[in-house]
Amino acid sequence: MAKIVVDVMLKPEILDPQGNAVASALPRLGFSFAKSVRQGKRFEIEVEGEPTAAQLTEVEKAAEVLLSNPVIENYVVRVEK
Amino acid sequence: MRVGVITFPGTLDDRDAARAVVAGGSEAVSLWHADADLKNVDAVILPGGFSYGDYLRCGAISRFAPVMQLVIDAAGKGMPVLGICNGFQVLCESHLLPGALTRNSDLHFLCRDQEIEIVNNTTPWTSSYKAGEKIVIPLKNGEGSFQCDDTTLAQLEGEGRIIARYVGQNPNGSRNLIAGITNARGNVVGLMPHPEHAIDELTGPSAAGLGFFTSILNAMVK
Repeated sequence: MAKIVVDVMLKPEILDPQGNAVASALPRLGFSFAKSVRQGKRFEIEVEGEPTAAQLTEVEKAAEVLLSNPVIENYVVRVEK
Repeated sequence: MRVGVITFPGTLDDRDAARAVVAGGSEAVSLWHADADLKNVDAVILPGGFSYGDYLRCGAISRFAPVMQLVIDAAGKGMPVLGICNGFQVLCESHLLPGALTRNSDLHFLCRDQEIEIVNNTTPWTSSYKAGEKIVIPLKNGEGSFQCDDTTLAQLEGEGRIIARYVGQNPNGSRNLIAGITNARGNVVGLMPHPEHAIDELTGPSAAGLGFFTSILNAMVK
């Protein structure tokens, strides 16, 4: 079944203390790959059947009003098979 | 004067806020989040706590409570509204105040007595203070770091809309040491620290928080 996925991330200019904490924990565990880490939220929304264009528009609206805070966050809506 | 104190599921500080309202000389009126009636109050306080468990974002769900639609309408008409801590977060999520409160920069939940400076004493919630007056009241939150874009910050600074700043080291990473702000009209105030916990020297670090609650009485009587 297809899912509508909404990824919400803090805007690049907003400090992300949680991401920073993860970034500083990685090298302590021997992982040396990370230059930086940003932490966000992912919403998975199930609908009946294939998502329609109208549903995606509604989800965009919901992402703007509820799922994200446009003052500090950006969001991306996409369909995942 | 009738000052409403809203209780959301998960609100903690409604009792203290109501007690502070009474100590300040007004009548405290309990309002429930599901109320579709402001019970003829003259002003409203959104107290601290963890409304709706801080799910999604602090204050994000509370914003859509039935009583908040009434508060948003009344605030637009000039009713004084004070949001403390979680209440401040709700006011930002409701877009009654600009900016947002984000995770403290050091990730710790802070609970301590904090010195703040009252920068703007022209609002209905701060008129009992002298401009520049420093008071010590409790600060207790995990998401108290005030963030906004540069344009908004310049606007807040330029229009004198920062009502209180932290004194000394920045406790949570708030921009420009912001502890509290007001809207363009000056009737809506959000404050991160807790004046309602500092109205009695027996239980608080001082009684200096009482000024917020005597201010509102003075503002109404005028």
